Amino acid sequence: MSGANLQVDENGRLRHFLTVEGLHRGLLVEIMDTAESFLGVVEQSVKKVPLLRGKTIVNLFFEASTRTRTTFELAAKRLSADVLNINVDASATVKGETLLDTLRNLEAMHCDMFVVRHADSGTAHFFARHAAPHVSVINAGDGRHAHPTQALLDMLTIRRHKGGFDRLRVVIVGDILHSRVARSQIRALNLLGAGEVRVVAPHTLLPVRAETLGVRVFHDLEAGIRDADVIIMLRLQHERMRGALLPSEHEYFRLFGLTAERLTLAAPEAIVMHPGPINRGVEIDSQVADGAHSVILEQVHYGIAVRMAVMSLAMHRRIPAPEAREAGAEREIG
Amino acid sequence: MTGIERESETPATVIRGARVIDPADGVDGVHDLFLQNGCVAALDRAPPGFRAEVEIDARDRVACPGIVDLCARLREPGQEHKATIASETAAAVRAGITSVCCPPDTRPVIDTPAVVELIRRRAEQQGAARVFTVGALTQGLAGSQLTEMAALKAAGCVGVSNAPAPLASLLVLRRALEYAATFDLTVFLQAEEPSLQDGGCVHEGALATRLGLPGIPEAAETAALAAALALIEQTGVRAHFCRLSAARSVRMVARARHDGVPVSADVCAHQLFLTETDVAEFNALYHVRPPLRTRHDRDGLREGLAQGVLDAVCSDHQPHEADAKLAPFPATEPGISGLETLLPLTLRLVEEGVLDLPTAIARLTVDPARILGIPHGTLAPGAAADVCIFDPRRPWRLDADTLHSRGRNTPFLGWEFTGRVTHTLVGGRIVFEDRG
Repeated sequence: MSGANLQVDENGRLRHFLTVEGLHRGLLVEIMDTAESFLGVVEQSVKKVPLLRGKTIVNLFFEASTRTRTTFELAAKRLSADVLNINVDASATVKGETLLDTLRNLEAMHCDMFVVRHADSGTAHFFARHAAPHVSVINAGDGRHAHPTQALLDMLTIRRHKGGFDRLRVVIVGDILHSRVARSQIRALNLLGAGEVRVVAPHTLLPVRAETLGVRVFHDLEAGIRDADVIIMLRLQHERMRGALLPSEHEYFRLFGLTAERLTLAAPEAIVMHPGPINRGVEIDSQVADGAHSVILEQVHYGIAVRMAVMSLAMHRRIPAPEAREAGAEREIG
Repeated sequence: MTGIERESETPATVIRGARVIDPADGVDGVHDLFLQNGCVAALDRAPPGFRAEVEIDARDRVACPGIVDLCARLREPGQEHKATIASETAAAVRAGITSVCCPPDTRPVIDTPAVVELIRRRAEQQGAARVFTVGALTQGLAGSQLTEMAALKAAGCVGVSNAPAPLASLLVLRRALEYAATFDLTVFLQAEEPSLQDGGCVHEGALATRLGLPGIPEAAETAALAAALALIEQTGVRAHFCRLSAARSVRMVARARHDGVPVSADVCAHQLFLTETDVAEFNALYHVRPPLRTRHDRDGLREGLAQGVLDAVCSDHQPHEADAKLAPFPATEPGISGLETLLPLTLRLVEEGVLDLPTAIARLTVDPARILGIPHGTLAPGAAADVCIFDPRRPWRLDADTLHSRGRNTPFLGWEFTGRVTHTLVGGRIVFEDRG
């Protein structure tokens, strides 16, 4: 079963959003265009549209998250859906209820969409594969595998600043090995036709055969950043120091931290992005994070619109207009 | 299907007109095979006074020694919700397997003669095939304190192993090898360095990179193999490496053997066909340990098998209940229900020109029997009459309803095979006959 078949219906429309891989470029563009139309909504004083009124969306987070969960929650509320937040402590699943039990129980409560985050790669696929036909699954991050809504909001940010993706040089710096964000960004950039995607990291933070993802691999930040139009800095988890992957944050910053000085090597109009939350002085200098090139807060802003777009596109096909439903019934009788 | 030990009561049987292939004896030709008192009596000419009570017409069929499977988990005692000795040995004989070797990770672990005895008795009462046991190398498989190996051997264990659990240190491995050597016990080793495995669940390669699944590097196997080989060479113990997965490991074993180190090795049947890319979109049926590696590795394993560096093909049978595979990929239990594809996949190697038929049969019969030190896997006169008869041309498809193991966890459902077992005899008695 391919991810593409699982994610789209027979008409090629979005059914689940699990990964960027296997989707058509047109679908990514549709998500971004829809998000653009929602940007207006969220800037109004009444920030709601009735698209998903009467629908129930469950934020099912098996991994701690504040930012992503909050933006999904806001997105759902602005679409007028009812939202249920369930933070499942890892210990609760140890008690014996399997993920499938959790899924079945929530389905029995007539929930329409699951937004799932879990530490195991493949969890969103697992939910999608076993969900009832009327249920949509949105991946809010699974292990090291994918975080497609984050990638899409990053693409929207890039598109709004750069107009398009042709000829763009995009560099992703940091812990590629453990990053679901990087995997999804790389897929999306390649699908949207970015000129060149580069990654910069020491060998310990790169997956084996990283080039098979469709990137040029650099180990030297100054070489990798040269003439880049977009610089994406990844968050460095503190636990990487414990796993013998890095000696110290100090050395990491010295070699891979983005400073104002290094930024001058990039293209003059380069933008600096970060999926957040940022570690000032570890992967990025405050001067850069808060500087003129930084679009980090814009990313957060677009995050809500992108999640509204994904939710409404994934659910829309299951909200047939009343006339259409009646017409269908007549056809069946006739 | 009880009482496989009551061999004297078995009917005198003749298998007529089969292509008899017995690699142990260098036999390959059309013969009549006479079985009496549970043993092979003669080839071609009935022994004096022989009166056939059972006649099997085996024209256009192959008759070979019953298959000896080096590694099959029967899940009993302790995990009867997955399978039982009765259910799995019944599935085994339908697939031509007459001897299965059960690794020590039952619950409780096979670390005392009492557990060996329990399995032996249960197999005698309910088993359709012969069941052999490998005892634990350390108590509870916990990796630090040695088991009473002399007692385990006396109770009937054919070897000792700590697989799949890790040992506390190389010092424990060294002591365990030395102690096992004292009693001339074969040590079965799974080459897997736990620290390099590092929570991985697939081969560390392009697929792990694409799906973001934690990878197990090839070096987890080769580093453990190198360390074990050094200690085996020093202690002179007889050792067997189970379930090698990498082409480089095959070369290392070949080199060690060339240098006179007393080692043998096997490969599981699925490793000869599947590769990392089969995991596709997190398909847990392909979650196995060691992991499926690259096409290059698969080809290296095939070559090793053809050249005899890998002595045997085993099923690495691991039947699971459905729930064991119903979770996100890393959280699923590894393993394939493999008994019923052991012979079919090996025959497919013959079809694909990797092995000739007698070599393929040797890798399933006499070679694994030699590793276990058991007097089976041969049709030489006097040997126990464990026979597998199959129609080498009959096509069939592995479907849910043609699968007899309690474990339905196989990625080979829907595969088309050629060559179907029609009769299986254990100790001269027909324990399976395909009447379809």
